[in-house]
Amino acid sequence: MNIITQLIFLILLSTAGYFIFKSISRIRRNILLGKPDDRTGNTLTRLKLMTLIALGQKKMFKKPLPALLHLAVYVGFLIVNIEMLEIVADGLLGTHRLFAPSLGVLYPILINVFEFFAVAVIVACVFFLVRRNLLSIARFKSSELSSIPRRDANIILVVEIILMCALLTMNSTDLALQKKGIEHYFYTENFFFSGLIAPFFETFEPFTLQIIERLSWWVHIIGVLAFANYVFYDSKHLHIFMAFINAFYSKLEAAGKLPNMASVTHEVKLMLNLPTDNGEAPSELNRFGAKDANDLTWKNLLDAYSCTECGRCTEQCPANITGKKLSPRKIMMDTRDRIEEIGKNIDKLGKANEDGKSLLDDYISSEELLACTTCNACVEACPINIDPVSIILQLRQYRIMEASKAPAAWNGMLSNIENNAAPWKFSPSDRTDWVESINK
Amino acid sequence: MNYQVPLMSELATQGIKPEVLFWVGCAGSFDDRAKAITIAFVKLLNKVGQSFAILGTEESCSGDPAKRAGNEFLFQMQAISNIQILDSYEVKKIVTACPHCFNTLKNEYPQLGGKYEVIHHSEFLQSLIDSGKLVVKGGSFKGKKITYHDSCYLGRANDIYEAPRQLIEALDAQLVEMKRSKTKGLCCGAGGAQMFKEPEKGTKDINIERTEEALATNAQIIAAACPFCMTMLSDGIKNKEKENDTKVLDIAELLALAEGL
Repeated sequence: MNIITQLIFLILLSTAGYFIFKSISRIRRNILLGKPDDRTGNTLTRLKLMTLIALGQKKMFKKPLPALLHLAVYVGFLIVNIEMLEIVADGLLGTHRLFAPSLGVLYPILINVFEFFAVAVIVACVFFLVRRNLLSIARFKSSELSSIPRRDANIILVVEIILMCALLTMNSTDLALQKKGIEHYFYTENFFFSGLIAPFFETFEPFTLQIIERLSWWVHIIGVLAFANYVFYDSKHLHIFMAFINAFYSKLEAAGKLPNMASVTHEVKLMLNLPTDNGEAPSELNRFGAKDANDLTWKNLLDAYSCTECGRCTEQCPANITGKKLSPRKIMMDTRDRIEEIGKNIDKLGKANEDGKSLLDDYISSEELLACTTCNACVEACPINIDPVSIILQLRQYRIMEASKAPAAWNGMLSNIENNAAPWKFSPSDRTDWVESINK
Repeated sequence: MNYQVPLMSELATQGIKPEVLFWVGCAGSFDDRAKAITIAFVKLLNKVGQSFAILGTEESCSGDPAKRAGNEFLFQMQAISNIQILDSYEVKKIVTACPHCFNTLKNEYPQLGGKYEVIHHSEFLQSLIDSGKLVVKGGSFKGKKITYHDSCYLGRANDIYEAPRQLIEALDAQLVEMKRSKTKGLCCGAGGAQMFKEPEKGTKDINIERTEEALATNAQIIAAACPFCMTMLSDGIKNKEKENDTKVLDIAELLALAEGL
């Protein structure tokens, strides 16, 4: 009997592991479809940022209550996963509470800590479910949160509650079985939280209890494996891992700085008869700006995979606040959906952009792009330093430099700069007219 | 006082290199409201005997609106031409009253070869006060309620939140904050080349939203530190028909007025 369950466990574990590995490979491949962006160097600064932003959740604390509850779920996730070590070891070896004898008095203390966080996770997730579904909070009601992202959010919360309930049921039935002196369920000292539920289970027959205890054990472990697969396959919950990578690769320069296109510098210097750096045009002539998701940089795509759709960006966006179509969260969600689609095209057709669709126009409209004031409120608001402005700017560059599409007023402004050295139609010779009035 | 506005080209013929170049910017040169900011700042520079000059007709758009609209070609044409002129005068230090010019010159010119110390006029004025060159008396602003509107290109873009606020406090005025301020400050609606086109369809204009927030503080003066914010907030005040109760003034104008200039 034991050997069969051990075998089933091994198969489950390795199958889950295999599919998670496949998902990670797919995500990595998709991110690397992006264009180069040098984010090397400054490793110490980056590690510090990662510690503050991802591990320390510094930017979350702009909203203290959600931040505390989020912290509970997050610490709970980390802590309860330590118990997973024992569960996996028991599953593989056919043992029961493998670490209990060797850890001695420490064991019940650890389990109590795990249980405390399990209860905290349940409380926080119930709160989040209520807030998301029953309360009227604008950022959870926006139009880009269609049924799929809403379902994703609710699945995550419900599964976390189920997993934690399974853990508590497992421990309380174990306590009940211990009290009945059933062989195999050796004495472990009381666990505080499951100890509160245990008296209820003590009324059950030992056999029923054993079934419930084993069932909880399997629900917990299969749940964890299935959830991990779900998260890596296609869920916003991926942020639990990506937040760290994303924070590490944060932009370190001033938020206001936009990168200069090197290929343009070469052209401009030729036009102005200035010496260019290498004399020859850059070998790889990409299109200017971005039309599709794989024209963006790998960091833009990493941003998209890291986004957990919390909507703090959209909540702060001046365009969105005043009823414009632009929502920075939608920019990130669209980018992720499109790069996933491009990835699927490659898997099916071998080519990335053969479906006649593109991120610009099919996903993100010009109306959205044009509404951005580049104020960086979204970047500031993002708890994990995602940069929607960078994507917006690259799409704008494609619109103007490749598709020659600009609002008439912008065309006027651009030609004024070109001809009159100012965005307004004034004569350049009038530039110092103001000087005359200073001594009047 | 007879105010002087020396030109770089004139000084160059006399072999003089001024300590700092005042980059006036297009708004500061052509826009009637922004010209008053330019004049106020120049009066302050004269008052403290600051060695400075302007480029005059040799100055050209920094390229910021072109870059934010998406025209990288035009931006780099502007940037590289401007760098040639700045370098021909061996400029080391630039001060400007426009946060957009400031951000572009400071952050986007170096990679194209233009490496200068670029300072926004709020920080420059703050340093004049700190060094004792400019002594501010509160005067007419003493005890008045002033709220400060953060320019995105000063604040979030370049982390400058305190210098403009310290200037207001130096006036003995009562600085009141809006609901959204500093890192959470709401844009005036002009950035990213929005200044040069009509806004997209929505339920409200951004400058109206911001003006309402400013008016909610009951401040008598809304202080700004950017010519674009100045336009947007002034328009907002006009829209709300509050021109007689609430003034929008640049921090340079506040200091110049306090100094009786």
